[in-house]
Parts: sequence; structure tokens; C-alpha cells
Amino acid sequence: MHPAPSVIIFTTFSGLGFGLLFWLGLGALQPTGWSAFIWFGIAYAMAVGGLLASTFHLGHPERAIKAFSQWQTSWLSREGICAVATLVIMGLYALGALFGTHIGPLGFLGAIGSLATVFTTSMIYAQLKTVPRWKHWTTPAMFLALSIGGGALFTGLIYTAIILLIVAGVMQYFAWTTGDTRLAESGTDLKTATGLGSIGEVRAFEPPHTGTNYLMKEFIHVVGRKHAEKLRMIAMGLGFVLPVILLLLPFNHVFAAIAVLSHIAGVLTLRWLFFAQAEHVVGLYYGKR
Amino acid sequence: MTQLPTSTNKKLGLVIDLDTCVGCHACVISCKGWNTENYGAPLSDQDPYGANPTGTFLNRVHSYEVQPPNLKDGSQAAAQLIHFPKSCLHCDDAPCVTVCPTGASYKRTEDGIVLVNEQDCIGCGLCAWACPYGARELDAYEGVMKKCTLCVDRIYNENLPEEDREPACVRTCPAGARHFGDFADPDSNVSILTKERGGMDLMPEQDTKPVNKYLPPRPKDEAPEFDVLAPYLEPIAQDAKGFVGWLDKALSAMPGGSK
Repeated sequence: MHPAPSVIIFTTFSGLGFGLLFWLGLGALQPTGWSAFIWFGIAYAMAVGGLLASTFHLGHPERAIKAFSQWQTSWLSREGICAVATLVIMGLYALGALFGTHIGPLGFLGAIGSLATVFTTSMIYAQLKTVPRWKHWTTPAMFLALSIGGGALFTGLIYTAIILLIVAGVMQYFAWTTGDTRLAESGTDLKTATGLGSIGEVRAFEPPHTGTNYLMKEFIHVVGRKHAEKLRMIAMGLGFVLPVILLLLPFNHVFAAIAVLSHIAGVLTLRWLFFAQAEHVVGLYYGKR
Repeated sequence: MTQLPTSTNKKLGLVIDLDTCVGCHACVISCKGWNTENYGAPLSDQDPYGANPTGTFLNRVHSYEVQPPNLKDGSQAAAQLIHFPKSCLHCDDAPCVTVCPTGASYKRTEDGIVLVNEQDCIGCGLCAWACPYGARELDAYEGVMKKCTLCVDRIYNENLPEEDREPACVRTCPAGARHFGDFADPDSNVSILTKERGGMDLMPEQDTKPVNKYLPPRPKDEAPEFDVLAPYLEPIAQDAKGFVGWLDKALSAMPGGSK
């Protein structure tokens, strides 16, 4: 799949933003006044900024309001509804916090909504049978672990963050190694794609055109896959190992800031890999992956 | 609505005969022509006369080489070249419809055609992600999703002569490799063809239940041995005579010459 920057920025930052809102809603931090303004400001900047980034890849962003209508079948529609509902609920909670009161039940509802938003985001990808690497429980599990793990890191919940980041790191390793064989295991290949496998070995002889097309640009990404192993190590190191080491050292604001920045860089890298390494079955028709 | 109908009154679709298709791409061109000038946004091209032309097409013809297993005597069977037109299969369980967040994508209850309401499409591209066949392409100029309409503006169009009331690709195919009809009717041309020729689904494991069917190439003929004595007869020309015979010997005698 084409690793579009808008979607990488969207999933990374809205995940972190809603992760931070999750912990704020649970009352892990109870800031008031200006402090509340800054905390909720950071969370909203990431969550809303991410959502806005996602509209950049739309052909007609001005019609985005219509995307709230098909919640009965569409995970994308459900995500939009969850995101807006959560932002409204947490907005009211934040308003209370500004004036010194924390409305517990409202925050709890917002925390649930934050999880629901991240889960529905992940299901947009996990539902796709056409991308076997994504159609697996590890996709929502990774999105949720990264969201609340990153949220805990932001909130300064040191021990929770250490545990969640280790869990997320191990799970990411598992998702990568099992994901590498999932296209082959899916049973979809050029033989079933063309129905010609009953005759013999099938080879893509000639594409339908001399140039490229939307499908090839969107679904067949080859450049960069060759660096996948190196990028996986970089993502692991920046996303999980370095932040955990920094959190284990005696607390220091500079270390904490580096841990947060390193984690963001790591998540951006692994999100890039999430798209770049995903193989869509339509590539088979072009003899590519 | 993006909920799929539980059943449709008709199941309109295509039968594509892989045995007959000659790979001329006439269906590609007639499809592009009709659908650029009629229903919905035109199918745009980018840099059409430049170095990197691209464009939106609703129907594309791939070509595949199939290598059958070795023959009984161990020799390699001749590879087959199969031209493979591909457009929307108007699936019964169309995954492209249910993922649509706006309700722009829908499957018609009356005839099963999968369509896009372009006024509602936000161009998110998720339906193209959900389609295993590459049947949907986002138009780079209009920013909306384009797909085969089964020429919905031809098949019911009473302004056209009756013989033209079929999809442009079917109407134009010079080899008669494309057939249009109602799969819900067991006596229709497409149902009979599918039954007689073993019409197949593409990627059945994706559970999309495609309406369009593909007819596999018929087994290739083997040249029959028409003379029972032939195996016992000496080949006529074993050694060339005269100038050619001398040339053959002279070249074979040279270093590196084949014996």
C-alpha cells in the first residue's frame, strides 16, 4: 500500500491524542486552570490535528459531513462518529477542569470513547480481506497498545508506560513476523485471481498499459520495502527501547522529553512500515505485491 | 445505503470468454469512450501525450502466460497466452459497498448493479481498498470514485436502437467474447453459457460472490496422428545433398561447429 503521509500522520497523532485523553478522562492526572488548558490543548492538538490531516487525502473534503451517515456498515463512518462524540464529551470535561471541577463519570465516558475511536480507526484496516497482513487481531491490538502506551508516556505515568511500551514492542515484533507470511497463507494468488491455475503455472505476461495507473500507485509499493529490516530495528529502538531506558533512569525533564520525541519518531516509522509493507491482493493481477 | 440488499430481482452481469478473447482492447476503448461522454464525471487522463500518461479506465485487459505441466513423454507443453479483460464483477457480497462511509456506493435491488452516487462521494478511496479486483479507480481530476456501471445508461435507454441496449464493451467486442444478461434467469444466455462452459468466479476465497463469470479456455487440440504407418517410415530428408550438404558438413567440421 502507498504510505501516504496524511494517513501516517493521522493514525500516529490521533492515536497519541486519544491515548492522552484516555488517561486524562480516567483522572490519572487532574490538572486545573492553566495547567488543564495546556494538557487538554496538547491532547486536542494531536487528536484534532490528526483527524484534519486525514481529510487531506480526500477527493472532496467539503463533503466530509456525509461520512457520519453509514455507521451501520462502515468502520470509517463509525470512527468519525466516535471521534466527534469523544471530542465533545472530553471538551465538556476539560471545561469543568479549567474551572477546577473534574466530573468523574463524564471523564470515564470520554475515556471509553477514546478507546472506541482508536479501535474503530484500527478496524478500518483490520476489516480488509484484500490486505491479509492487516486482517488480524494484532492490528487493533497494536493500535490500542500504542495509543494508551503513548498516552501514558505523555501523562508521565512512568511504570504504566514502561509496561505498556514493552507489551506494545513485543506485540509489534509478533505482528511483523506473523504478518510476513499472511499473504501466502491467505490462499489468494495469481492462480485464484485469474482462475487459470487449473491449467498450469500462471505468469503475468503483459500489463494492460505501458504506464502506471491509480491502482498501481495506491496498492503496489515497492520502493523502501528493501529497507524494511533496518526500519524495523529503527522503529523498535526509537519507539520502545530508548523510551523505556530513559524512563528507567532517574527522572529528569530532559530525559522525559527525549523519550516522548523518540517514541513519536518510532511510531511514525512503524506506521510507515504498516502501510509500505502491506500487500494488497490486486497487485497479483500485475504480477507484483 | 451501504447495506447490501438480501437479494436482487435481477442479477445483471457479464460472461467473459477467455477462450475467445483476442486481446484487442476494443472493449477498453469503447468503455472509455461511452463513459467519458455519458453518465457521471468524465474519465480523465493525466499527461495523455507526455512521457508518463495515466488515466482512469473502468475496464482493462491483462495478458497472462500459462505453462501447463509437462506432457506424458516428458516434453514441455506449449505455453498458452490468455488475454484477460477485467472490470467490476458486480458482486453479490460487494465489500466496496459496505465500507463506504457516505452511502455513495450502493447495490441496486432491482438489477444488482453496483453504482457510485458521485454527488455523495468524498473520494476517500476506501472502496477501492476493499475491492480485490481493482475494479474501482479514483479519478485524479474529479476526485470521485469511478467504476463500471454496466452501462446503466445504455441498457435501459429507449432512445437507442434495441441492439445497442447492452454494455458498450459487449456491443463492440469483435470476437464475441463478452456476453451480457441476467444470471437470475436460469434460461438466459449468460446462465446457459456459464453452465455449459464451467463459468468460474475470480478469487472465490475472498467471499465476494461475483456475479460476472469467466469461461476458462477450452483444452488445446493435439494434432492427431493421421497415418498409422508414419512412425515406421524413415524420414525422407535425413541428409542434405549438393551445395547445402557440403555447406552443412563444412560448417560442422569447423571448430565449435555442431555435429
